Amino acid sequence: MKYKTDVVVIGGGAAGMAAAYRAKKEGVKVILLERDEDTGGVLNQCIHNGFGLQYFRKDLTGPEFKEFAKERLEDIEILYGTYVLEVRKDKVITFVDKRGIHEIETKALVMATGARERHFNSLPVPGKRITGVFTAGLAQRFINLENLKPGSKAVILGSGDIGLIMARRLTLEGIKVEAVLEIMPYPGGLERNVQQCLKDFDIPLYLSHTVIAIEGDRRLEKVIAAEVDYKWDPIPGTEKEFEVDTLITSVGLIPQTKPVDFAEADPGFLVSNTNQTSEEWIFAAGNCTVIFDLVDYVAKEGEKAGKYAALYAKDEYKQGKKVKVRKGENIGVIHPAYIDPTQESTLYVRVSKVFDRASIKIEPLDVEVIEDEARPPEMVVIKLKPFDENINEIEVMADELISKLG
Amino acid sequence: MNSSQNLVKELTCVRCPLGCKVRIEYTAKKEVIDVSGNKCPRGREYAIQEISDPHRILVTSVKVKNGKYNLASVKTTDAIPLRLFDEAMKIIEKIVIEAPVNRGDIIIKNLLETGVDLIITRSVERL
Repeated sequence: MKYKTDVVVIGGGAAGMAAAYRAKKEGVKVILLERDEDTGGVLNQCIHNGFGLQYFRKDLTGPEFKEFAKERLEDIEILYGTYVLEVRKDKVITFVDKRGIHEIETKALVMATGARERHFNSLPVPGKRITGVFTAGLAQRFINLENLKPGSKAVILGSGDIGLIMARRLTLEGIKVEAVLEIMPYPGGLERNVQQCLKDFDIPLYLSHTVIAIEGDRRLEKVIAAEVDYKWDPIPGTEKEFEVDTLITSVGLIPQTKPVDFAEADPGFLVSNTNQTSEEWIFAAGNCTVIFDLVDYVAKEGEKAGKYAALYAKDEYKQGKKVKVRKGENIGVIHPAYIDPTQESTLYVRVSKVFDRASIKIEPLDVEVIEDEARPPEMVVIKLKPFDENINEIEVMADELISKLG
Repeated sequence: MNSSQNLVKELTCVRCPLGCKVRIEYTAKKEVIDVSGNKCPRGREYAIQEISDPHRILVTSVKVKNGKYNLASVKTTDAIPLRLFDEAMKIIEKIVIEAPVNRGDIIIKNLLETGVDLIITRSVERL
């Protein structure tokens, strides 16, 4: 079958639902392609609360956030069970579903393809590839959607938010969590999750620790961990053994940009403040650009991508000047990569080390934001007004603010 | 007041993802001397509750019969005492409901006499 539309959105998670909703509001024709049988993406399995406080002004669980977002998609064409095979530069998208292979001719595209979990097998850990090793997202899917129990005693590697959330979830379901291991000297997730997922249940968190080997015959029997030095090398004599049948890994997410391989990416799509990629008709939002802390940020980015994609389809927005956003000293992640200075922008910044009190500066715009206890796991959000088009690039940097009172 | 006799707890407020670092100073009799670091009144409330009887929202799921999914996620409509979590989970794990269920449906009213209800957070259609 052949379709013709103004805007295609690939991916029906938080970013894609918001993009489709917002594009439709601009009065254009929208098609949303979703791989699964329902929209929502990872929200469906994130049954904990804490979502939506900024975006819907309500404290919601993942499934509730998804249902709120989906209720706004009533008059949008959603094609479920679809898998995109190819995105061509001549604006034709090929996808497959159980009816066969189809083509869509579009004017603009929003990529909202999210991220994939990094797997344990990509870590250089010796030992057989035995059963009992799961990514946190997979274990979450088993427990929260499929009613399957992954094991009875577990160690969690990685203290990112999914790892912390899973520590609590496993505990509530009667699976004993012996330890959460974190290679960094600080927790990888939000402080609130360290409190309510670990401290509330007396689950030990070992900082500067990692897994050095796993043992077992077909099923995992033992996880061997050790303390690491500043180069992440295990320190001899610090080994700890955990007799567990399950290892859950939360060791990072990788933005998913496929099948678009011709737009600038590193590793996620590099976009402007209008969510435009290096291909001016392709926009991108959410975890396929950078990994965000909060679904609220993802949904806001999705709306923005939907808005500008629709404006582009209507010939009301073209690529303007692109000002490069440089990562200066002590900055780990900066998003977006470019700014169209005629439009407002929201910068998402991760510092690269722990600060007592960080001064985050944006030069030459003369913007300074003071952030108490800035840590790499928590994004700092900075709003910028439109600025002088003669500026060629801006640089974001962070430094410890020395107290003048001391 | 001589602050050396008072107790101090440094907490991370869990009422929203901002995670304010709240410092609460209190006496051995749990009388509050000072709360600081909170960006909104919920932070103060949280700190005071945290030193006496910590409360949390409980999220889990219940089994569904004849539904598109085997499980429907549930939450308590407000925070309940953390000390009741084990007891609450023992009750919830025995529940089996019949599809369809809708977001907001009450599964248990007044859970363990807390005045808080357990409600559905995922609608599950009938298969």
